[in-house]
Parts: sequence; C-alpha cells; structure tokens
Amino acid sequence: MAIVGYLIRRLLTGIIVVWLVATITFFLFFARPVYTVARQVAGHAATPQVIQEAINNLGLNQPIMTQYWHFLNGLVHGNLGYSYYTGESVDMMLKQDLPPTISLVIGGMVIWLIVGLSVGIISATRARSVFDRVSSVGVLIGLSMPAFVIGELLIGYVFQPLYSHNIHIFDTGYAGITSGIGPFLQHMILPWITLAAIQAAVYTRLSRGQLLEVLGEDYIRTARAKGLSERTVVFKHAVRAALTPVLSQLGVDMGQLLGGVVVVEAVFGLGGIGQISVEAVDQDNLPVILGFVILAAIFVVIANIVVDLLYAALDPRVRIT
Amino acid sequence: MSIQSELEFDAHLTEEAQQQVGGQVQGRTQWQLTWRRLRSDRVSMIALAVIVIMVLLAILAPAVAGLTHHSVNMAYPVQGENEDGNPVGPGVNGFILGTDSTGRDLLVRVLYGARISLFVGIFTTLIATVLGVSIGLIAGYFGGVIDTLLARFTDAVLAFPYIVLALALAAVYGPSLTIIVVMITFFSWAGIARIVRGQTLSIKEKEYVEAARSLGAGPFRIMFFDILPNLLAPVLVIATLYIPNAVVFEATLSYLGLGVQAPTPSWGNMLSDAQNFYQVAWWYLVFPAAALLITTLAFNLLGDGIRDAMDPRTEKLIAARRLRRRLTRRTINKGNKEALGGVVAGGTAADESGKRG
Repeated sequence: MAIVGYLIRRLLTGIIVVWLVATITFFLFFARPVYTVARQVAGHAATPQVIQEAINNLGLNQPIMTQYWHFLNGLVHGNLGYSYYTGESVDMMLKQDLPPTISLVIGGMVIWLIVGLSVGIISATRARSVFDRVSSVGVLIGLSMPAFVIGELLIGYVFQPLYSHNIHIFDTGYAGITSGIGPFLQHMILPWITLAAIQAAVYTRLSRGQLLEVLGEDYIRTARAKGLSERTVVFKHAVRAALTPVLSQLGVDMGQLLGGVVVVEAVFGLGGIGQISVEAVDQDNLPVILGFVILAAIFVVIANIVVDLLYAALDPRVRIT
Repeated sequence: MSIQSELEFDAHLTEEAQQQVGGQVQGRTQWQLTWRRLRSDRVSMIALAVIVIMVLLAILAPAVAGLTHHSVNMAYPVQGENEDGNPVGPGVNGFILGTDSTGRDLLVRVLYGARISLFVGIFTTLIATVLGVSIGLIAGYFGGVIDTLLARFTDAVLAFPYIVLALALAAVYGPSLTIIVVMITFFSWAGIARIVRGQTLSIKEKEYVEAARSLGAGPFRIMFFDILPNLLAPVLVIATLYIPNAVVFEATLSYLGLGVQAPTPSWGNMLSDAQNFYQVAWWYLVFPAAALLITTLAFNLLGDGIRDAMDPRTEKLIAARRLRRRLTRRTINKGNKEALGGVVAGGTAADESGKRG
C-alpha cells in the first residue's frame, strides 16, 4: 500500500506547485497597468468611456485580492475564466485546441525516444565505428540547431518543393485523427520530426554515454565471462542499468518539451494551445495565458510522477516510500 | 587489457614526454596541460577560430556597414528590390548576401544580429556562472538548510517550462532584450550551482582544505581560494556548453516575437520574417540560419573539446590512437589490437553523459 500513500503525497505537493505557479503568474500580470490592457482590448479608436466600460466589464476595477479570490475560486471549480476578446470560456478554448498539441507531444515523444535510444545503443555497442561517428556529427548538429530552424528548413526545402510539384505527401495545418489516419499523418509527420530531432540528439548522446559507462562495469565482464551472448549482455544486463538516468532526464525535459511544442505549433500553424497562448501574449489576453500556464504546470507535475514511478519499476534499487 | 600492453603503453607515454621536454622533467599546471591538449585537437582549434572570427565580425559590424555604405535599418527600395518588390540575391547591386523583405542589406543585418546573439550568449552565461558558483559553493560547503533549499529550488527551476514563463513575462512587460537576459540567467544558474555543489562536497573533505582550516583560514577564504580553483575546470566546460543554449533560446524567443523587436535585427526575428520568402529569396532564410548554426556548433564543439582536454583519460586516448596507428603499421598480432580497442572504448565512456541543461 506504500504506493497509494506515495501517490497521495506526490499529488498534494503537485497541487501546491500548480497553485504556486498560478499565483506567481497571476500577480505578475498586475504589474501591467490596467488601463493599457483595457485599451488594447477595447481597440485603437476607443473613447475613454469605452475603455472605462471595458475595465468594468473585465472586472479589472475590483481590488486585486478580490480578483485573485475569484480566480482561485474558479480554478478550484475548473473554471479558468473567459477570453477578454470573445468572452469565450478559456476551458473551452483550451479543450478545443488540445488535440493538435496532444498528437504532437505523443507522436514526437515516441519518435524521439525510439530514434534517440536505438541510435545511442547502436553507437555505444559499436563505439568508434563509422555509424558512431556519423551519429555523433548528427547529434552535434541537432544540439546546435533551434527547433524552429529545422521546422523552417523542412517547410522551405521539403514541403514547398513537393507541394509546388503537386506531390501532396505532407500538409501544413492540422487534421484530426477522425479525418482518417492518412491525412492525419500527412499533417503531423513534419511537426513530429521537428519536435523529435532536437530531443533525439540529447537522448542519443545520453544513452550512448550511459551505456558505454555501464559496459565498462565489472558485472558486464562477469556476464561475458560466463559465456552469455553479446545480445543478452547488452539488452538484458546493460541497457536496463543505462536507461535509468535517461529516464530521469525525461522528467527534467518535460518543461523543455512544452517550449518545443509552442515553437513547433507556431512554425507549422497547427493551432494548438501553445499557438493560441503566443497569440494571447500579443493581445494581452491574460486569462488565456494563465490557462496555458496552469495546464502546462499540471502536465509537468503529472509527467514527473509517472517518470518517477517508471524509474522505481525499472531500477530495483529505487524504492517508493 | 593485458598487463603487458599497459606497460608498453605507459612506456610510450613517458618516452614521448621525455622527447618533448628534451630529457628534462618539467612541472606543468593543469591549465598548461589542458591548453596543450586542446591545441593538438584540430576540431577544437577550428571551433575556437570560428568563435574569434564571429566575435570580431560582431564588434566590427559598424565598420562593415561603413564599407558597404549600407546602414543597418535602412531600406534601399531602389537597388535592394527587384521589379516585383522582392529581395535581390547575393552579389546584386553591391549587396554581398542579398537583401531582405524591405530591401535592407542582409550582410549588415546578420552581423548586427551576431552582436545580440553573442552578447546574450556570453553575458548571461557569465552572470549565471558567477551566481551558480557562489550559491553552489555556499550550499556545498555549509550544507544544512541552505543546501536543502537550493536542492528543492534547483529541481523546481529545472522542471519549469521556461518558455511559458517567458510568455507570461513578455505579456506583462512587453518583449525586450532585458527580459531575455533575465530569463536565461534565471534558468541557467541552477544547473551550474548543482554541479558546483557536488564538487564542493567532495573537495571540502580533502586534506589540504583541512590544512588550510588548521592554519586558521575562514570559511570564505577556504571556499574561494582553496576550493574554487579546483572546480574551475568543470565550470568552464559547462559554461562553454551553456553559451550555445542561450543563443538558441534568444533566437527562439525572437522568432516567436517575444524577444528582440523589429527593426532591431536578431537572427531569430530575421528567420521569422524570412519564412514568407521561401520561394523568392532562399538567401534570406539560409544566411541567418547558417550564422546561427555555425555559432552554436562552434561553441558546442569547443565545449566538448575542452571537456576532453581536461580529462586526463583523454591523454591516454590520444596516445592510444597514435599507438594504434603505429601498431597497425607494424602489423602486430591481433590480440594486442583488441586490447587497445578496449581502452579506447573505455576512455570515452564516462564523460559523454548528458551535459545539456
């Protein structure tokens, strides 16, 4: 039953983290003069009266603590507030724009883990081979290249030329999985590659280094000495030990992953929650940004709990307490 | 590895060392050794040269602008655009790298962009290093509550989606260079502090620290004069590897419109503008992207090179490589070669583990 207690404790600290992030973001916004926000919302040609009306409508005339109380109260009830512009519920906006983001995250993650780990393992078992050298160069370029540059190059030199020759293998924008698996892949493959490319480089390097280190351990020599096949030695004895640090890196990377998602969505015009929050920044649309920040914090917290559970499952030395 | 080949190995090293100093034994500091190893590494030296050239070009950007008679934010609609109002290509009408969407000189703008990228990269890393080293030293040396607080805080910072905070900050204060610098610094120091703390924990148990303490040295003297010099090496490595990260981060924020604002050129906002001109002006996309990639690649290569140069095992590695070449030439028996292959693989293992972030 230790695991139930552990989960409860982690969830409680997780809630505190989310609350902290939300509160910090909320109060950050009050450094911004109310009037500027309201004028932006009311439009360029607004008269002072219209602006004042906008302030009243948005509830910005209330004392900060009252607004904060409303915000928290809404948060507890799962209500993230309403867009300053359309009056649409932020919950609805996020829910609508979640599918592209989720497809992007899951697909990208699967690709980057598969590519990163397998290239890392092959490189480590054949250290200094041609494959290893080529992959090291690839890793360095991946580490040095911002995601948006990869995305732009893919659009400019893969998507556009094909498209202008009427070869419609890829497409930009987003098509849900409900529109058929074919169109879905057409829309998602380039974004997945972009998101995966950079992270795969990190994981290749990490898993290669870890595996090389583990392969130098005494117990590996023992395993080889007792006549196990190289395949058994690598996959049964070494990889498992080498993967645990890689896994903890995955927990750390969740935050970075969201950054990558924002960028990739912007580059390919996928229209996920990252993209609407970048637009919201332009428009001073505070509730939408707050909604995204809170959602991001929840995601990071949950992902880290999952990673820690996996960690314990993979590494017998780690106990959940 | 057999004992015999190990002996042979050491003998070669000593022999070589003696040849180099002319038979006399001479003391070298760690830094001299590192520099010597680094200098023999061709890739690192090329990377260093590229960085120096980049920095010089960035500093001399106004001079280059003067030579081309094109100022940085000035549009040249007549010479800089063709009949359709599109950018002109490299070499046309005296625009060495062509022009951008409004007929401004791309070369001048890329060089001015280098100023921002390099400034952000180097400046933020410098502040983050000073902060991270100080906090890491204090936490590692004193331990206790400070240490616990730091550990918790570092975990939080490392897990926080920082582009999200960048979004929030840009929304509140308006996008600017200051925010970029503050953001990157804030999210960089924790990683450095963590490494410094770990190193401090092990160094503070050394005898010479004990000796310093028994001579009456205070905690700050011990921290900054006895411990600090001994952990500069890992700090230098991680700092070099942080610079390209900061450069990439600045470019990303500017690309999203959350960083440096037009008309001030930054590689990020140039690339963002360039995406509307794929078909008509490849140079507009390719040159800023190349500048960005070359810079970050050079810093990454140099960082890896310094790390290898500081690792005494690398000396063996290089020697082993040389030795192996010699052995292959002499076609010595197969068993020995395999043994050496083992050394080579073992030598690279430890330090490849993820140094990013």
